[in-house]
Amino acid sequence: MRLERRASASRVMAVLAPVLALVCAAAGAAVLFALLGRDPVSCLHTLFVAPLEDANGWSELALKATPLLLCALGIAVGVQANVWNIGAEGQFTMGAIAGGAVALWLGPTEGWFVLPLVLMAGVLGGAAWGGVAAFLRTRFNAHEILVTLMLSYIAVQVLGWLVRGPMQDPEGFNFPQTRQFEAAAMLPVLLEGSRVTVAAVFALVAVPLAALLLGRTMAGYRIRVVGLAPGAARYAGFSENGAVWVCLLLSGGLAGLAGVCEVAGPIGQLTPSISPGYGFAAIIVAFLGRLSPVGMLFAAVLMALLYLGAEGLQITQQLPLAAAGVIQGMLLLFLLGADVLTLYRVRFGGVRAHAKASSHG
Amino acid sequence: MLSRRSLLLAPAATLIASQAQAAGPLKVAYVYVSPVGDAGWTFQHELGRRAVDAALGAAVKTSFVENVEEGADAERVIRKLATDGNDLIFTTSFGYMNPTLKVAQQFPSKKFEHATGYKRAANVATYSARFYEGRYAAGVLAGRMSKTGVFGYIAAFPIPEVLQGINAFTLGARSVNPKAVTKVVWTSSWFDPGKERAAADTLIAGGADVVTHHTDSTAVAQAAEEKGAFSIAYNSDQSKYGPKTCLTAVTHNWNEYYIGRVKAAIAGTWKSGDVWGGVKEGMTKLAPYNAAVPEAVRKDVDGVMAAIGAGSRRPFAGPIADQDGKTKVAAGQALADKDIAEMKWFVDGVQGKV
Repeated sequence: MRLERRASASRVMAVLAPVLALVCAAAGAAVLFALLGRDPVSCLHTLFVAPLEDANGWSELALKATPLLLCALGIAVGVQANVWNIGAEGQFTMGAIAGGAVALWLGPTEGWFVLPLVLMAGVLGGAAWGGVAAFLRTRFNAHEILVTLMLSYIAVQVLGWLVRGPMQDPEGFNFPQTRQFEAAAMLPVLLEGSRVTVAAVFALVAVPLAALLLGRTMAGYRIRVVGLAPGAARYAGFSENGAVWVCLLLSGGLAGLAGVCEVAGPIGQLTPSISPGYGFAAIIVAFLGRLSPVGMLFAAVLMALLYLGAEGLQITQQLPLAAAGVIQGMLLLFLLGADVLTLYRVRFGGVRAHAKASSHG
Repeated sequence: MLSRRSLLLAPAATLIASQAQAAGPLKVAYVYVSPVGDAGWTFQHELGRRAVDAALGAAVKTSFVENVEEGADAERVIRKLATDGNDLIFTTSFGYMNPTLKVAQQFPSKKFEHATGYKRAANVATYSARFYEGRYAAGVLAGRMSKTGVFGYIAAFPIPEVLQGINAFTLGARSVNPKAVTKVVWTSSWFDPGKERAAADTLIAGGADVVTHHTDSTAVAQAAEEKGAFSIAYNSDQSKYGPKTCLTAVTHNWNEYYIGRVKAAIAGTWKSGDVWGGVKEGMTKLAPYNAAVPEAVRKDVDGVMAAIGAGSRRPFAGPIADQDGKTKVAAGQALADKDIAEMKWFVDGVQGKV
């Protein structure tokens, strides 16, 4: 049995595939719920519908999707140039640290400039952490997959050290946390009474910008050529090192923005655990969205919905967390499977000559 | 405007709904920082929840949410539990402090209890336990059982609760062996079986013949069992992970506390406050001794536990010197609760840095 690339993927199927996957996953989930002795219909409602039944649910969805989307957009731009930033988690953390440091340093200072400075510091912190990987790649040829991943662990430890040491809240009974940020350093909420901040707008604006960068600009063209055909790129005089720098600074900056928006938003201080793994989940989002900015927007929202639904299953259905994990896994599996079957067809038996050549494509 | 108004009204609507069903069982929810598992910090809270179910039956309806991250997710989960009609919500990790307070402010008719924190409100109580009291007795046990007088202590982070335990353990051990030393290895993680095991192996190779830990896995008891060294476990009874060598465990016991607080909520006598219980309140205990512990030692350690429970023995009573030999607590004095709560130093006899 082998996979053979289809000459042209069906447009109808490209749209239908995710829907079909969702239906399959829902069916699988219903079976699981029934086996666990719950009412499948009300469980499916809890998982997919209940989180979106009121304005607060939508705002929480946006809050959860925002960091995923920001990190994923950067990762996807990198992948186009064959630059694999696995360490958005670290850049997210460094952005939070840098932005948080500025917020704490400015303290009770009032003024319109406080928040922009905090955000800028966050972007620069994330970009700098991505820049370390770019430097090591271009100077010493150290592969960014390993370097960015390792830098993530370093960033988390740096954060842990800071909140227990130099940045610790002096009135916090030696608990690992900083002081809470002042109002001037906090992002305004979009909807009074909710927690969703203007960070969601940043993420939404970043979607067309990323599409524009990749689709319409020379820089984006160079990035894609470097990724697709490094030899041709060299021949054309496109710098591979340049693409590495651009991608890691850009994706680092976006992850840093996500990080600072999280601490200057719903969290409001630095603590040892500011990310439930957004940087890593964003890799899934990027590929689930087929590396297209609009696709990633949908993927981020879907992932966020799954998180919220999983909480709901525990709260209203008293199902264990593992049950929600199984359903999340099923959905991702079906989505990726549907994608594969849209682009490839399954062949049984002998290898045909032309199939042999194209199967590596 | 419409959506804003409906948002503001949402808590009010649920308030009416929860009052309407006041005659039904009291809904009690728990927020856990890790999966329940079968040993550890969260598991002990889960035992408490089950004890509430067993003691109060149809008068309560309990539920829990496990593995809730301490970042932005916590606030959403706590709010969802409150909107879902839970009347009493226990948030069982330090990182839930600010989220708990934020949600409590929006739901003045609901009751909240936050474990190990220090911020309270009219509807937010705090509770924690003096685990260091059990640690002191464990130190006495270790001191009596050790041949080398060297102990290994695998610890997660240098926060006061952990430092209290290391210091009390060392003071207990030194009360029976003045030359005893405790070697500390930090893992920088509450739960990392690989690191905990590696640290235990290193400490045992370095001469420690009793190892203990302030981390969440069962790796230390297992490593000690394999190497033939003694261990003293933490959080939960781990005798099944060290049948020959796990001497005892310093355990957390929230059962009575939870039953009492839920009963008070049902009776309408629940009040905010702060409880920092210890051996006396039954919040920290020693698990049953291993067969390897001789009768005479059991008697002595039981005696120490009884004296701590009665208040005649205080783990942080002077004279106590710090690592530099400087007197921290003079003879005849004892460390005040505030100084214990903020502890950030090691007693003489601990090898390691805060």
